[in-house]
Amino acid sequence: MTQKTNSFKCYPLGDAAVVIQLGDQISPAINARVRAICAYLDEYSFEGFIEYVPAFTTVTLYYEPWVINYTKLLPLLQEMANEVLEEQEVPSGPILEIPVLYGGEWGPDLDFVASHNKISTAEVIALHTAPEYLVYMIGFAPGFPYLGGMNKLIAAPRKDTPRMKIAAGSVGIAGEQTGIYPIETPGGWQIIGRSPIDLFDLNREVPAFLKAGDKVRFVAISEKEFKKIRRVKDGD
Amino acid sequence: MGIKVLKAGLLTTIQDAGRYGYRKDGIIVAGAMDAHALKLGNMLVGNTDGEAGIECTLMGPLLLFEEDQLMAITGADLSAEVDGIPVPMWRPIYVHKGAVLSFGQARSGCRTYLTVHGGFDLPQVLGSYSTYLRAGFGGWEGRALKTGDLILFKSAAPMLPLGFNWSLSPKMYQRSQDEVIRVVKGPEFDDFHEKSIAVILTEKFKISKEADRMGYRLEGEPLKLHKKKELLSSAVTFGTIQVTAEGNPIVLMADHQTTGGYPRILQVAGVDLGKLAQFQTGDLLSFELITLAQAQALLISAEQEVRQLKQTLTFKYPVNG
Repeated sequence: MTQKTNSFKCYPLGDAAVVIQLGDQISPAINARVRAICAYLDEYSFEGFIEYVPAFTTVTLYYEPWVINYTKLLPLLQEMANEVLEEQEVPSGPILEIPVLYGGEWGPDLDFVASHNKISTAEVIALHTAPEYLVYMIGFAPGFPYLGGMNKLIAAPRKDTPRMKIAAGSVGIAGEQTGIYPIETPGGWQIIGRSPIDLFDLNREVPAFLKAGDKVRFVAISEKEFKKIRRVKDGD
Repeated sequence: MGIKVLKAGLLTTIQDAGRYGYRKDGIIVAGAMDAHALKLGNMLVGNTDGEAGIECTLMGPLLLFEEDQLMAITGADLSAEVDGIPVPMWRPIYVHKGAVLSFGQARSGCRTYLTVHGGFDLPQVLGSYSTYLRAGFGGWEGRALKTGDLILFKSAAPMLPLGFNWSLSPKMYQRSQDEVIRVVKGPEFDDFHEKSIAVILTEKFKISKEADRMGYRLEGEPLKLHKKKELLSSAVTFGTIQVTAEGNPIVLMADHQTTGGYPRILQVAGVDLGKLAQFQTGDLLSFELITLAQAQALLISAEQEVRQLKQTLTFKYPVNG
């Protein structure tokens, strides 16, 4: 099978950023290439480099144009690509378990997701906790993961009217996507549960719990376990 | 001791040059909308580029100086007065203990910066003083300033052997008064219909009511793509001009989200971001396409001017130089 995964394209995003495009669809293979570029940049950057942002098929690099311009940058990126993308071995990210208390006041839309798909709430939970999800990218809000791998049998449309407040830790479904809200924000996702762990915590050295390339599994917990984890977190 | 907020104003926030290094975690850069004005403000009071200033929006705050201090006011002209007497902008001003700084009518622009010698004594969050309003951290308690807040100074007013009776040359801050914003092509430029390209490059667009630190939604003739294209979310940046499904352009500003999924027709040239930050709801603007090489050359010459000025100022502030 010779799936074409070696595409590499650069184009400018204005006068202080450049996009490296590594494919045009959501796939674990392309994500591995995105991660390879990021891993390389963590080790070796170039003068004028500020930071990078990985996405589904791209890595965007921000740079200081008074240190290096676009024309001078291109051959550097090509060189990097030759070096990085040759070896297809990318260390896979860790598998992180996220405990979730499903249903009730913690997941007010669990019943809707079940009835929408004509299955029981227990089946929704079983289908949601089964897969190993891949974090393709972080965006929208601090630490908010775009996860791939949800079973379509639990897909559900967004709410017609978004909620003004969704609590931090809420686990939701929107279309064929699932996600978890790291901070309290307004939002239109169907909320099926809540995790007691902090996905975004400024007191940690790395505030965001998840990063692109990580793998995630949701684990159903009881209210008692939820409260126990919260008590430990809150330190009393 | 520091500055006491007697009245908050419309949107008054602590901002610095921005929070870098965390965009991959979904954490926005934020920072001053008119970064050039803040940078000059810091230079005028002898600070490094990293210090925070107070960004005031259209209706400025009422501020009490609880101690003598050296300050500068840069950016928009919001009719600043100290104890009722108009004060000049773009120069260091010595303010005495008990003085009240007020703002009045917006004569030009939208955002004004107040900087003080030594900067404000606030905790940095993830390496920056900037306020991240939506996530509620950074700046002053993660929010806009309110009546009663007391923002402390890091240092006392300086002793200046050479005095401070000088101001910046207008060529450092004067911008053309027209409505033209220079742009380069965005990544999806070629996906737009030729007629729509012609429209955005020749017609005027009006800044709608939906205009804030996150972005400006523009009103004008709707823009169309050759054919509808499903775009995967990818990174965006300050000045990215996206087009929504209805065909309305949105210019992303300092508090924009890190990623977006709309086609990006244009990108504002870095050198004109500060000028754009001074526009407000109801203003008309038009876009002038330049090449990437031109945009980068403009940024380099702007940076050189700033460096030259910095060199000159080290003689004014020998203590900090």
